[in-house]
Amino acid sequence: MTKIAAEALIEKSLFILALFSCFVILIILCFIFFEGFPAIQEYGFFKFLFGTIWSPNDGQFGVFDMIIGSLYVTFIALIIAIPLSISCATFMAEVASNKVRNFLKPVVQTLSGIPSVVYGFFGLIILVPFVRSQFGGTGFSIFTAAIILSIMILPTIISVSYDSLRSVPQDYKEASLGLGATNWQTIRRVVFPSALPGIITAIILGMSRAVGETLAVIMVVGNVAKMPSSIFSPARTLTSNIALEMSYATGIHYNALFATAVVLFMLIMLLLVVANYVQRKYSIDIGGGTL
Amino acid sequence: MYKIIAKHLNTYFGDAHILKDINFKVAENTVTALIGPSGCGKSTFLRSINRMNDLIPTFKREGTLLLDEEDIYSPEMDVVNLRRKVGMVFQKPNPFPKSIFDNVSYGLKIHGIDDEGFIEQRVEESLKSAAIWDEVKDKLDQSAMSLSGGQQQRLCIARTIANNPEVILMDEPCSALDPISTLKIEDLIHKLKKDYTIIIVTHNMQQASRVSDYTSFFLNGEIIESDETERLFVSPKEQKTEEYITGRFG
Amino acid sequence: MNFNFISARTSQKIMNSIFVLSGILTLAILAIILADILIKGLPVINMEFIFGQVENQGESGGIFPIIISSLYVTLVSILIATPLGVGAAIYMVEYASNEKLTNIIRFGAETLASIPSIVFGLFGLSFFVIFLNLGWSIFSASLVLAIMAIPTIFQVAEVSLSSVPSIYKEGSYGLGATKWQTIYKVIIPAALPGIVTGVILGMTRSISEAAAVMYAVGSSIIMPISIFDPGRPLPLHLYVLATEGISLPNAFGTAAVLVIIVLVITFLTNYFTEKYQNKMMGK
Repeated sequence: MTKIAAEALIEKSLFILALFSCFVILIILCFIFFEGFPAIQEYGFFKFLFGTIWSPNDGQFGVFDMIIGSLYVTFIALIIAIPLSISCATFMAEVASNKVRNFLKPVVQTLSGIPSVVYGFFGLIILVPFVRSQFGGTGFSIFTAAIILSIMILPTIISVSYDSLRSVPQDYKEASLGLGATNWQTIRRVVFPSALPGIITAIILGMSRAVGETLAVIMVVGNVAKMPSSIFSPARTLTSNIALEMSYATGIHYNALFATAVVLFMLIMLLLVVANYVQRKYSIDIGGGTL
Repeated sequence: MYKIIAKHLNTYFGDAHILKDINFKVAENTVTALIGPSGCGKSTFLRSINRMNDLIPTFKREGTLLLDEEDIYSPEMDVVNLRRKVGMVFQKPNPFPKSIFDNVSYGLKIHGIDDEGFIEQRVEESLKSAAIWDEVKDKLDQSAMSLSGGQQQRLCIARTIANNPEVILMDEPCSALDPISTLKIEDLIHKLKKDYTIIIVTHNMQQASRVSDYTSFFLNGEIIESDETERLFVSPKEQKTEEYITGRFG
Repeated sequence: MNFNFISARTSQKIMNSIFVLSGILTLAILAIILADILIKGLPVINMEFIFGQVENQGESGGIFPIIISSLYVTLVSILIATPLGVGAAIYMVEYASNEKLTNIIRFGAETLASIPSIVFGLFGLSFFVIFLNLGWSIFSASLVLAIMAIPTIFQVAEVSLSSVPSIYKEGSYGLGATKWQTIYKVIIPAALPGIVTGVILGMTRSISEAAAVMYAVGSSIIMPISIFDPGRPLPLHLYVLATEGISLPNAFGTAAVLVIIVLVITFLTNYFTEKYQNKMMGK
């Protein structure tokens, strides 16, 4: 084989490798939709999406309560995680000395490396009894799941916002400090606004991790397929619905779980689109000069 | 009475001895140029005056630096207030990615002024003093990033003036600018002299001779010679000064 | 938030304390979790636990087949994912010229990275286990994990490849090397530390994953020999032990083994990255 033919062959092979991800996405979508479709067709799309009764034995497959469960848990987790993680990222990027920063970096890295099952296990052993003794009930609740999730998304939000804070040009900070601003005034008025797109990306990543997390949530959320009445009531998320019932589901029930995955997938896409829109809006504002 | 006095000032970054036994005086409402080859310590000295070097963790200092007879490095010194009184214009124009108006009003707002009318008036005055008002008066809400480099630098000067400083430090303010913008800044420095004490770092000796009343020549962290600008350039006392200004090194 | 009613200096002090506290809190969270798992888990770990067979569904005995399952799926998945991820990254950095195409590929990788692991689990069950008839096996699970690891490896490798200075390439081309020779002999070696970091990150993800493999690997507690045998990796074993209330001490032991493996991998990666960086900086 000539050199030129070999080079062309290599390029073609690499091209196929590069398209592999897209190809896999297509197959995944096809299979999930294909397997989920019979349930949606038989039960009705809106009835499936907005139905509030999930009872496979009676042929009832409404996932609305679980959509609420997923959003509820994610929302509370974000409320806990966002202030803590952005504050910690700011500490590492703008306040801490080099020594402290180099100490905290591997701490965040280790937090992100801990397997989600270990977080779930920790939640089950430590947090559930704690919530039970402090707030009553069984301890399995939206609140418990949200705490575990917030810990899990902490490293994601910290590390991405840290990078974005660090990439704010030193010039801006010097200009602000040179005008007699305090460090906090500089952070609030110059550093935060400049780093905002990156911080929003960080929150999006954390959010999609929270919506998609399965086993850690199953272990602490109680998994009752009912509309949660308060933050301390148990709930079931879309992910836990799939994982819990897949092992014994057959027939239309099996399809309904794939349909749940379709809903989960659409929910994540929706959140990503909204978040992307917000992010783009902010970036344009900054380009236009009004922070 | 001298505005700024340095007595036996020594500074270090870690183990590196940057400024060696600096003795220096600046009279009020004068322009002083600091000249010397790159790495001679002139910028470090400038940044010691408003304590910008504090941002570098390894920075250490010995000796005294006085502003109006007050020790700049005393524990009682309010750094925030010091930096309001001693404004700084940086080498590269560094306006915030905000509107022109917000750039100039930034210093007022961080110092707790929220009287809109006063802020507007002060922004206009500052832009006028910085000789940029006519160019930007119709687009105050546009991004400062849309201005040319020279305009950005004059905006940064306006931003400094808005703080009502007593001293303005300029760290090679024209090094990133074209000759026409450079001339405008130099004209501006002449005008500002009557209200402010100005210290300007420059590697451009023509610039130093054009704008300054006094000049200090820095070499390897020491001040070799300080004198009235004309005298220093025409009849330097030290041989090293002469070698530098006649272009034999540096 | 406007702090005009308090002085700039006071608000500076308040915010500084908040920042410091948040740093301490983050550290405390990690310390509490690690301490809890290790203090309760380490006493369980001995030679018998590490090298013993699983007895009574995990209530007694050891976790040797579990550890082997974990290493097995991690290794096989990385062997599959590395050429795919790195190959795609090489194409993106060195060959792709069409911006539309690179955007599509990058979007594909990002979407793949944002799919929840349980959806991968469903896909693994319906596609590999049932459709391709690979059965509940180490192989099915490895394929699922490989797909999950590709975007990680791809993204890290892409950054690392594109940061290789172009003077290296020019030097090689100048000597008459072909494009592939240049990539193979010059660019890949220069980008290797970054690529290795990407691969290790992918490995950490594979070894930690339970939801994606729970319906592909079969959950067998017998030692897997062939790639087509079923198995049960560590995270899945921990999940089963904890949620089915089989044995709390053994659950802690399993969690501790898992955490130690992840800690060791993280530590080694940091050590080698730092060493490499120091070498490049001439220290």
